Amino acid sequence: MRKPTFVALLAAGTTLSPLAAYAETEVQFWHAFTGRLGELVKAQVEEFNSSQSDYVVVESHKGNYSETLNAGIAAFRAGEQPHILMVFEVGTATMMSAEGATKPVYEVMAESGATFDPDAYIGSVKGYYTTTDGEMLSLPFNSSTPVLWVNRDAFEAAGVDPDTDLSTWQKVGETLDALKAGGEECPLVTAWQSWIHLENFSAYHDVPFASQDNGFAGLDTELMLNGPAQVAHLTAMGEWAQDGKFVYTGRRNEGGANFRSGECALFTESSAGYAGIKAEAQFDFDVRPLPYWEGVGNSPQNTIIGGASLWVLEGHEAAEYKGVGEFLAFLSSSDVQAQWHQDTGYLPITAEAGEATRAAGFYEENPGTDIAVIQMTAKEPTANSKGLRLGSFDQIRGIIDEELEAIWAGDKSAQEAMDSAKSRGDALLRRFESANK
Amino acid sequence: MEKRVTFRGWLLPLLLIAPQVFISAVFFFYPAGQAIWQSLFIPDPFGLSSQFVGLGNFEFLLGDPFYRASFLTTAIFSILVTLCSMIPALFLAVIADRLIKGSGVYRTLLIWPYAVAPAVAGVLWLFMFNTRVGVISWYLGTLGYDWNHVLNGGEAMGLVVVASAWGRISYNFLFFFAALQAVPRSVIEAAAIDGARFWRRFFTIVLPLLSPTTFFLLVVNVVYAFFETFGVIHTITAGGPQQSTTILVYKVFSDGFVGQDLGSSSAQSVILLVVVGLLTIIQFKFIEKRVHY
Repeated sequence: MRKPTFVALLAAGTTLSPLAAYAETEVQFWHAFTGRLGELVKAQVEEFNSSQSDYVVVESHKGNYSETLNAGIAAFRAGEQPHILMVFEVGTATMMSAEGATKPVYEVMAESGATFDPDAYIGSVKGYYTTTDGEMLSLPFNSSTPVLWVNRDAFEAAGVDPDTDLSTWQKVGETLDALKAGGEECPLVTAWQSWIHLENFSAYHDVPFASQDNGFAGLDTELMLNGPAQVAHLTAMGEWAQDGKFVYTGRRNEGGANFRSGECALFTESSAGYAGIKAEAQFDFDVRPLPYWEGVGNSPQNTIIGGASLWVLEGHEAAEYKGVGEFLAFLSSSDVQAQWHQDTGYLPITAEAGEATRAAGFYEENPGTDIAVIQMTAKEPTANSKGLRLGSFDQIRGIIDEELEAIWAGDKSAQEAMDSAKSRGDALLRRFESANK
Repeated sequence: MEKRVTFRGWLLPLLLIAPQVFISAVFFFYPAGQAIWQSLFIPDPFGLSSQFVGLGNFEFLLGDPFYRASFLTTAIFSILVTLCSMIPALFLAVIADRLIKGSGVYRTLLIWPYAVAPAVAGVLWLFMFNTRVGVISWYLGTLGYDWNHVLNGGEAMGLVVVASAWGRISYNFLFFFAALQAVPRSVIEAAAIDGARFWRRFFTIVLPLLSPTTFFLLVVNVVYAFFETFGVIHTITAGGPQQSTTILVYKVFSDGFVGQDLGSSSAQSVILLVVVGLLTIIQFKFIEKRVHY
């Protein structure tokens, strides 16, 4: 009896499924998330797929941020591009210059008729992905901003009050001395050094990172990261590195392992480090706003984002773009965003999602999780703190990493290193400019 | 008098070399030609437009002191990898050759590392030398040595050399071992009767007889160090700290596949092609003269 039923089911399945697939339009979505974040993305996609029957979004993981961007570019060259591609913020200028390869989000939304209100998005998040005329080119997906993580147990062990004021680098400097004197081997560690200690540093102190409004106003931009504010900060960091008060662990987020294991007292890292720290830390921790140098620039201005946005690629059918529009509208909806923000520590991309999170009492239960939101939104962004839009930025970050390593190792002064980073980075910017004329 | 086989017609010889020519054309001449062609342009990543710049890419590269410095880094890296993979392999092969019992097991175990992909080998070594949780760096710490390859360029170089050479030792071992087995016993026995000790016999008889194998391995290992090691470097140091482990092929990879600068990346691969071509010519012209077949 069992066998015929199975065969019948199989037959029914094979005859029915092509019909089902015919009715649904497929939308390909390539992203860069693995682990917990990968699961959360998968859950979002499944929720969208089961909420309607016209479109099926197919998500695939294509490696890390750089690899995903490359996979998208290679696929475009071969005519096999997905509908939606996740691109990290560093690749924004590359995507913006690729007219003819990308379909601006505002256009997709207008054509699809999906609900879309550009004003619902948080200004400092949206600004990164919007033209100077206010047209949104890609949809902000996961955005975070750097904050200061504190290991309270390590403070206690070194005999330092964990509630001490850490709002300025001046105060942090004194605290590092006290921690070191109290026997702490790793007072300060960082992740993403260029992003936090140069890019965000510049925005936070309202000093330019690059000319032409950090590249927003044109491709003929030059780096200005060798200014006095940046050099003073890196000089202090370099001295701390020499004295063993700042421990360098690598160019990416290697320092996270040192902090989560309880080895380090202070950690400058993205607000999205929250999920990992909460899951692994066996100590009492809290989160503070990123410190600033009192009296330097207009500090504290606002910090800028890191993370990724979703780009829609050209070369598909109108019906498929309608599905893309529906999916993007679903992702921006308040419930989905609030959940995403609470699960990951990424910023809510709409003001409404932030308010929903506050109303649900999440910030009271998880103190400090709103610091990133406040830090980003407390002040209206200036030309120096809107974001960065530089070509070949992945390579320029590599150059900055190399030069920073020279400071930490004591091989170069901060001024020498940043002058060199500027001249090397400018050469790449000129190449990018001539490639995208 | 040399023996030569001659073909009567043209068809058969052409047919016989056709597969080889076909493979070379598809996997070498076509891509190499593409690289040369693309090195004359600055294209945008998506292939939507591209701008002819003549030799501009080469000018840009050779005018960059950091690029010129990576030639020296590559030379140091390649010499070290070649030495570190050939000398231990020869030593192990000599020992294995003397074994009477259990040489099969010994041989098999020595070949294993060759099965490990370079990127995986990189991760393994990185894990052992991890500045925080690495077994070896921990032992070094107890001895009072503070291992830190994320800031110390010399240590980073040492680590990528060891990780690159490790898997290669197996490959070299196989060739040396086979060559040692082919050394006629009678010659060695005659020398032994004349009173030559083991190492004396090794340096005056065995080593010269191994020279064709040694030469072959030299060429192959240099090519390996130049082209196939970017996986190890990518996983361990990503070229850093500063630029201490940025070898030419790693820069080709990172500029092309991370930075999407295909023009510069193509120009670099053309330069690399010329460098390795020249090296191979030098090897064949000067070193091969000392090889006895």
